[in-house]
Amino acid sequence: MNIVALSGSIVGSKTRTAMNAVVKELKEKYPEEKVTLIDLADFKVEFSDGRNYLDYQGDTKYVAQTIMDADAIIIGTPIFQASIPATLKNIFDLLPVNAFRDKVVSMLVTAGSSKHYLIAENQLKPILGYMKAQIVQTFVFIEESDFYRKEITNDDVIFRIQRLAEDTVLLTRTYTKIREEKEEAEYGF
Amino acid sequence: MEKYRIDRSKGLEFGIYTLGDHLPNPVTGERISEEQRIKDIIEYAKLADQAGIDFFSVGESHQEYFATQAHAVVLAAIAQATQNIKIASSSTIISTSDPVRVYENFATLDLISGGRAEIVAGRASRIGLFDLLGYNVRDYEELFEEKFDLLRQINENEVVNWSGEFRAPLNDARVLPRPKHGSLPIWRAVGGSPASAIKAGYAGVPMYMAHLGGPVTVFKRTVDAYREAAQRGGHNPDDLPIATAGFFYAAETSQQALKDMYPHINEGMKKTNGQGFPKQHFAQGIDPHNVMNIGSPQEIIEKILYQHEVYGHQRYIAQIDFGGVPFERLQRNIELIATEILPAIRKYTAKN
Repeated sequence: MNIVALSGSIVGSKTRTAMNAVVKELKEKYPEEKVTLIDLADFKVEFSDGRNYLDYQGDTKYVAQTIMDADAIIIGTPIFQASIPATLKNIFDLLPVNAFRDKVVSMLVTAGSSKHYLIAENQLKPILGYMKAQIVQTFVFIEESDFYRKEITNDDVIFRIQRLAEDTVLLTRTYTKIREEKEEAEYGF
Repeated sequence: MEKYRIDRSKGLEFGIYTLGDHLPNPVTGERISEEQRIKDIIEYAKLADQAGIDFFSVGESHQEYFATQAHAVVLAAIAQATQNIKIASSSTIISTSDPVRVYENFATLDLISGGRAEIVAGRASRIGLFDLLGYNVRDYEELFEEKFDLLRQINENEVVNWSGEFRAPLNDARVLPRPKHGSLPIWRAVGGSPASAIKAGYAGVPMYMAHLGGPVTVFKRTVDAYREAAQRGGHNPDDLPIATAGFFYAAETSQQALKDMYPHINEGMKKTNGQGFPKQHFAQGIDPHNVMNIGSPQEIIEKILYQHEVYGHQRYIAQIDFGGVPFERLQRNIELIATEILPAIRKYTAKN
């Protein structure tokens, strides 16, 4: 299984801190799985101009290709101006419409206010659904007060991250297994 | 229809097209040489001609995994190697070429082939060629519209006066040689969506409609939009031919056809488009109402006749060779077309 952890912002440290925790959890619990962290702050990604993702070059191509090659994607996002950041939306715009077909996608959200809780529900999930993702329904919502200087200080958040990692892997294995069985038994080609 | 060299009394024309892809055979992992692939395509056209198939066309794609960038040159070899089959591009990317040079090439091809050449002009689905050939992809739409319009003017007038944004003006220019019968059939390549079909209709240009898969009825909307636009543009839709083009594979059973064809399409699309073809969608391809012509010869006959009933089109063009399909399988398909499929289609669609 090929898991990509995508940290969707180029601003601040909280989403990256939380993604580090997810990656650490995945690597410890599932050492046999491949885990790649993409922090958009480390790349210069172009704005989407509508071309096929294969026609981009450099960082843009690398990021798009890595996501396309994934079996599971864990998206980490902050909330800016009551929505997902433009950097993350741009990643979706770079990819084909059915980019997440046969992929499991889960979410981790950091926010400055608890009033942002439903934003992932109302704005991120519809995008993932449109792009044909199998969504892990429960996402981890982390507030400003759960961090202290690039550390997660709330044990409840740690437990939820552990469950998110487990759910993502479990759902990916389940879908892969069912799909393989179906393809062999029913389609026969 | 005579202008487009289509004789309705003979019924639905049957053609074959290749994109000119040069992909490994996913079953063996091996890829033939570019030289072999180009020779195979010429041989493929020869076999199609001998089998009595009406039409053969070769695509232009300037990217990895393709071998017929110089498609007009390949078509010249095909013109020389064949007798009766109509030959064309599918498609010529007119946006990044000079319409004068394209016309010179295809008029020459028409003379070499004794009046068998046609042009299908398209816009390209991948855009690497814009960089390669020195064009700005931001002009994607306008480049096509302007150059396609010029190509048509050259076709209809021996002396052309023209000026535009993307090419030096033409003053009393004579574009030579002229095709054998004065003009060439020029088609507009249209993807699945109606927007481009509407442009073709308004301009009164024959439509070459390519499709991957899905219900036949979905593409009927495109056909209807085309004919409606033609009417509004002051053209008689009955005078404008429509061609449809898509995946084709015949085997003893539909299950065998799926099995033979799927890995080629899935792996080939991954390499050329960045995404495979979902097995679930492909499995639906054998449904009588799915636009993909995959199945046993009898099932394919029924599918093509159903499509003809829905669209009322004049030509169907089969893509069989995508994704490194071994040559003997292409031979076998041509044999099935010649002995079973073609006679039935002609019998049921010819107007006596």
